[in-house]
Amino acid sequence: MPTNNKRMYDKGMVLAGLVIFVVVVTFPFWYNLGKAAPPPEPVLTEKAKAAEKCVESTEFMKAEHMQLLDVWRDTVVRDAKRAYINPEGKTYMMSLSNTCLDCHDNKADFCDKCHNYASVRPYCWDCHIDNPKETE
Amino acid sequence: MNRHYMFSLIAVLLLFLIAYVGVAAVGLEVLFGIIIPYAAIVVFTVGFIYRIVGWARSPVPFRIPTTCGQQKSLPIFKQAKIDNPSTKGNVVIRMILEIVLFRSLFRNTKVKVKEGGKLFYGYELWLWLFALAFHYAFATVLVRHLRFFTEPVPQWLQLLENVDSFMQIGLPGVFLSGVVLLAAVTLLFLRRVLLPQIRYISLANDYFPLVLIFGIAFTGILMRYFIKVDVVGAKELAYGLVSFHPTIPEGIGAVFYVHVFFVSVLLAYFPFSKLMHLGGIFMSPTRNLPTNTREVRHVNPWSYPVKVHTYEEYEDEFREKMVEAELPVDKELPPEPEEPEADETSEEKE
Ligand code: HEC
Ligand code: HEC
Ligand code: HEC
Ligand code: HEM
Repeated sequence: MPTNNKRMYDKGMVLAGLVIFVVVVTFPFWYNLGKAAPPPEPVLTEKAKAAEKCVESTEFMKAEHMQLLDVWRDTVVRDAKRAYINPEGKTYMMSLSNTCLDCHDNKADFCDKCHNYASVRPYCWDCHIDNPKETE
Repeated sequence: MNRHYMFSLIAVLLLFLIAYVGVAAVGLEVLFGIIIPYAAIVVFTVGFIYRIVGWARSPVPFRIPTTCGQQKSLPIFKQAKIDNPSTKGNVVIRMILEIVLFRSLFRNTKVKVKEGGKLFYGYELWLWLFALAFHYAFATVLVRHLRFFTEPVPQWLQLLENVDSFMQIGLPGVFLSGVVLLAAVTLLFLRRVLLPQIRYISLANDYFPLVLIFGIAFTGILMRYFIKVDVVGAKELAYGLVSFHPTIPEGIGAVFYVHVFFVSVLLAYFPFSKLMHLGGIFMSPTRNLPTNTREVRHVNPWSYPVKVHTYEEYEDEFREKMVEAELPVDKELPPEPEEPEADETSEEKE
């Protein structure tokens, strides 16, 4: 590379390319400029507060509730078993609408808050009702 | 065993340990989650520009027509407009097709001596196929990661996620691009390790990026499907970085920091490595110049004004002496009646 040579060839094209490069690389920085996005704070219902504890520990639920639901779904649909016993020995009925949404019947303020933030759109509600009380 | 890939494997393993121990045992979340990522993005951006400017300062004296078709010629010959473009517009088409389809790589051929000593030339498309899969998967994963860096997440990004997870395998739903990325990078690595000819020409700087990208994809897949991390916390950290309010949420999980450390190393390493082909493809003289060597005179831009002494000038200077020594000359001395030999020499020359 002849570094003593100060001349840039096709300067216009190269500079235009570099501007595009910088704009693309800094996209996340300017896209969010001035927008604060506090992390979601899922709201607990009175019923959940009374129960105090979720099916599993809060740490576990935060990260792994979808895998728990997957296990529940498979266990119910394939093995026809509906009872789930957590490590503390408490028994739950393995049901999305009737268990999770029994305590967390504020789906919009609970599940959806996190999911919108993390950009996940569970397709479960195509079939499962999201507010069992209304239809019961 | 080969020191080049062993070196790369050990290097990536060490990087893994550095980040894992640094976070899980020493508690250096701020270093691995904030300081190193910021430093890496600066090194990447500045280094990238530096390399491009360096290339832009290297003169390209001539057109380099490595073309794959008929050059523009007499009207009776059909020009291959994209493979041998003579206008800027066609060059742009050639560049776009090169970048999105890797046409040069598609032309990759293999030579082999078949039974009976017959020479065989054939297409070798596996590399092209895996390179294409690798690059597209990588790009998709990269773009999908923007969900951690944007709030609200743009609509088109949600659409991409829906398409990428349309198989609805398991929970969380499998993203196909992540799996394809891991598979393709593994194959590209194995290709260099298992094929003797390729292994012979491969160096540590060929293996290292592959192993590092394998590490990134591996830790990513690990924390999405196996050792779960707190994704809301991960987004909080990522969003903090790009909104210049860096935070370290509690309890994300050490694998996340390893993943981010690997990415930081990749970014910082990028401008100084073969990965710069990302920028280099735009600067390739064999791809980005129209082949108009017959239409336009290209003067070497670094041509120094050399002082020349042409043969004509030389003869002008020494003509008398040359004629005296009976050396042939192009131009005769001005005719002098006493010397008839001058005619003879001119006849000899014919
Ligand atoms: C018995 C009532 C009850 C049931 C049933 C229940 N939860 Fe919970 N859940 C809670 C409570 C109470 C908390 C808050 C725990 C805490 O703050 O430590 C919680 C917390 C959570 C959290 C973590 C929220 C956070 O703040 O990070 C998730 C995720 C969650 N639950 C999902 C589920 C899912 C999915 C199901 C069905 C499999 C379910 N819950 C069933 C009561 C329940
Ligand atoms: C195509 C429709 C459909 C979709 C989409 C669907 N399910 Fe189901 N699900 C069913 C049916 C049908 C059953 C069986 C109900 C039964 O036997 O009680 C079931 C049962 C379950 C059960 C156990 C029974 C109960 O009452 O909940 C769980 C848990 C479950 N599904 C979770 C999920 C989750 C999580 C999702 C989203 C990722 C999901 N399902 C998406 C149709 C669906
Ligand atoms: C603490 C925030 C939080 C809360 C509360 C929460 N989720 Fe989630 N959920 C997530 C995150 C984050 C993911 C995506 C994980 C990933 O991308 O690896 C997710 C993913 C899922 C998925 C898998 C989606 C897919 O297609 O991959 C299901 C199903 C799900 N959640 C169900 C629920 C239900 C039902 C509730 C309410 C009872 C709930 N979640 C509450 C954070 C939360
Ligand atoms: C070169 C850039 C990167 C590559 C190639 C990459 C690759 C991957 C892959 C393959 C996955 C598996 C899930 C999927 O397919 O999406 C993943 C997950 C993940 N990555 Fe990355 N990653 C990169 C950069 C980053 C960065 C900068 C962050 C910092 C925030 C990050 C955070 C995460 C998180 C949190 C997950 C888990 C996602 C989940 O559980 O849903 N990645 N990554």
